Amino acid sequence: MIGFRNITKRFFGVPVLRDVSFAVPPGHTVGLVGENGAGKSTLMNILGGNLQPDAGSMLLDGRPYAPRTPRDAARSGVAFIHQELNLFPNLSIAENVFVAGFPRRARWLPLLDRRRIHDRTRELLAQVELSRPPETPVEHLSAGERQLVEIAKALALDARLILLDEPTTSLTDVEKALLFGIMARLRSRGLSMIYISHSLGHVLRLCDSVAVMRDGTLVAHQSAAALDTDRIVSWMVGREIRQLYPGRGDRTTGAVALEARGLSQSGTVSDISFELRRGEILGIAGLMGSGRSELARILFGLDPCAAGEIRLDGEPIHGLPPRERIRRGLAFLTEDRRAEGLCLEASIADNLSLVSWPRFATGPLGLLRRRDAGAAVTGMREAVRLTTSARDTQPVKTLSGGNQQKVVLGKWLLNRPGVLLLDEPTRGIDVGAKQEVYRLIADLARQGTAILMISSELEELTGLCDRILVMRRGRIRDAMAAQEFDRERILRAALHDETAA
Amino acid sequence: MKPVLQHSAVLRLLHQAPLLLFAVVLLGFGALSPAFLTVANGVNILVQTASTGILAVGMTFVLLTAGVDLSVGSILFVSAAVGGKLLLSGWPLAGTLPVMVAIGAALGALNAVFITRFAIMAFVVTLATRYFGRGLGLRITETRAMNLPEGMYQLGAAHWLGVPLPVWVFALVGLLAHGVLTRTAFGRHVYAVGADPEAARKAGLYPERVIFAVFVICGGCAAVAGIVTLSQAPAVSPGLGNNREFMAIAAAVLGGTSLFGGRGAVLPGTVLGALLIQTIENGLNILNVNPYLYPIVTSGVILLAVLLDAARCRVLAEAGRRRIFVES
Repeated sequence: MIGFRNITKRFFGVPVLRDVSFAVPPGHTVGLVGENGAGKSTLMNILGGNLQPDAGSMLLDGRPYAPRTPRDAARSGVAFIHQELNLFPNLSIAENVFVAGFPRRARWLPLLDRRRIHDRTRELLAQVELSRPPETPVEHLSAGERQLVEIAKALALDARLILLDEPTTSLTDVEKALLFGIMARLRSRGLSMIYISHSLGHVLRLCDSVAVMRDGTLVAHQSAAALDTDRIVSWMVGREIRQLYPGRGDRTTGAVALEARGLSQSGTVSDISFELRRGEILGIAGLMGSGRSELARILFGLDPCAAGEIRLDGEPIHGLPPRERIRRGLAFLTEDRRAEGLCLEASIADNLSLVSWPRFATGPLGLLRRRDAGAAVTGMREAVRLTTSARDTQPVKTLSGGNQQKVVLGKWLLNRPGVLLLDEPTRGIDVGAKQEVYRLIADLARQGTAILMISSELEELTGLCDRILVMRRGRIRDAMAAQEFDRERILRAALHDETAA
Repeated sequence: MKPVLQHSAVLRLLHQAPLLLFAVVLLGFGALSPAFLTVANGVNILVQTASTGILAVGMTFVLLTAGVDLSVGSILFVSAAVGGKLLLSGWPLAGTLPVMVAIGAALGALNAVFITRFAIMAFVVTLATRYFGRGLGLRITETRAMNLPEGMYQLGAAHWLGVPLPVWVFALVGLLAHGVLTRTAFGRHVYAVGADPEAARKAGLYPERVIFAVFVICGGCAAVAGIVTLSQAPAVSPGLGNNREFMAIAAAVLGGTSLFGGRGAVLPGTVLGALLIQTIENGLNILNVNPYLYPIVTSGVILLAVLLDAARCRVLAEAGRRRIFVES
């Protein structure tokens, strides 16, 4: 159905794709995996008409295919579902579905045929099992519902090939399951799909075959049935990752650094109590929407809390603003690094030193000692092992996801926090970068930092933490120490009523 | 999946903030003066609103794309100056008016070229055009006031079905703009581009074309507003149209149009906003308030409207926050 032949692309003379050739047969789903910067996005941008290859060609249904714009691609039946959804929150579902090609009432009359777009949208929404009126504004939909609207959009184009780039990053497990069900049904109808994801488990479950890219070349394309995660990972990184998680080793825990007693806030969390000690990594498991991120926001002082008590190093900090909590050694790495953790347009150096400016200010005017700040930035770059090819003055948005996350971590570490709250610290970053983030976290704990880590990846919690709390619907439902870790038990506690009901 | 957002009663009320304000103003002045709530005064307000209202309708298109046009007052002036020259040299009205509108559209296109082709911020480009237009107009009029022939005045005094012509023009422009924005592909693309130009590009739209078009429309509306102004006071003076852009922006914002793009409407929105500003001025006039206080009262009302809008956004954000069901 779609075939790539010797696709080559260079950016400023640097090759990002080299002789990539593979085919997606009709009705097949191909998983496309690789570390960040391996060339997946470039390849998909070529397929979607955003970029043109320097050499090589594509065949769609046996005919040459060379889209010059996203519109060309759409006309040829190729739909692109981007990682960041391309929806307009101020328009209705139906308008979003038809925004690129509104049907008119008549050829000579430039009025929209509302009835037709609503009827057609209703049909499409039924196909993706979204029971919402077509005139609902998209801003009223949840992340999962928006993803379904994107798929309806692709179906409206009569797409024969759908590219999905990390479609599950913002979905809850229930929403994921729904999405996968719909994908399976589309596949059985003969639709081809290319599925890009860092979540290898999903790729293996959903795809007929897996194509692995590394450094701009295709290193393998094999039937999924014969593959396992370890094989794929070793292809992706070009070496075996023997030890993804650094061992707990000789870590010892000290005094209680952060203590929560009976935290409750209506609608978000209820009666949360725990103790976090120096040198300890405490994991919080649970489904998305179980109240984990809300808990972290309350601990950091971003959201109010109606009842309960929070103590930092024994001192109550209830009611203090985030700035004061930061001063007392609390740090919070949010789940959305692009929107909340970084100033994307600002330089690496500015982002790194953002939180710790007060430490470099001097005199009555608060003038900055630039040289000291610069030295600290350089030291931190080495400590978090930021890519050496980037300049200090380079905007953060030019970095890969993994390096961006290291900048956020470095920013907080420069302030030498005593307690570090991490919310999904490895979301959307590649395996190599993950390993380095894990090592950083473990090193911090060894140096006595108390770490609270929220994650949706059970494996990383069980691999890294000393204790795990499981949340469900705003409450802590289970707690276990390292020797009791049991993925099934965690999942049961996280899912309980979903399965029982 | 549960709806993320529930519309609370507070939110619905805040959505209607401009309408509520309007009702309060009407009732307030009505209570203070018996001459206020009369049909004659109502028509009067409509006539007085027409010019600024048309200007504000054009401005709404630009604001919806997250742009701004500071040059509409000057565009109005240039097209009026050229129109005046033509009329005085003996051109017929029927030939002059289309030329005036074309000049407005052309100046809007000039703005658009710099904004879309050279990627300069609309604020800067239209600020330049504002001074350029003022200078050009002064050059054309040789800084003298021009009294226009009788025909122009008759246009303003003309009635159809008992309603003055300027009101008809205002109504026509408002309805047409509303129809275009809500019922055509172009109109919906204006909202899409205003919400997220990058997403619009990825969806296969051409944001530059949309932005180009809104500035042409805005320029054209400025010229029409100029015609309406001249029909009511048929003289081109050097200060014609000065600072009118701020009234237009105020009317649109008062009507609920966001300066960040993607949100707002002509009906009732902008039209109501323009009416509200004019009504306040009219009411103060009837009450014989010191005219120097008008801007203070008007800006107070605008501030109030913006405060209400901010409150609406806060409620919206609060309602949009994720709620987790907690069993008791």
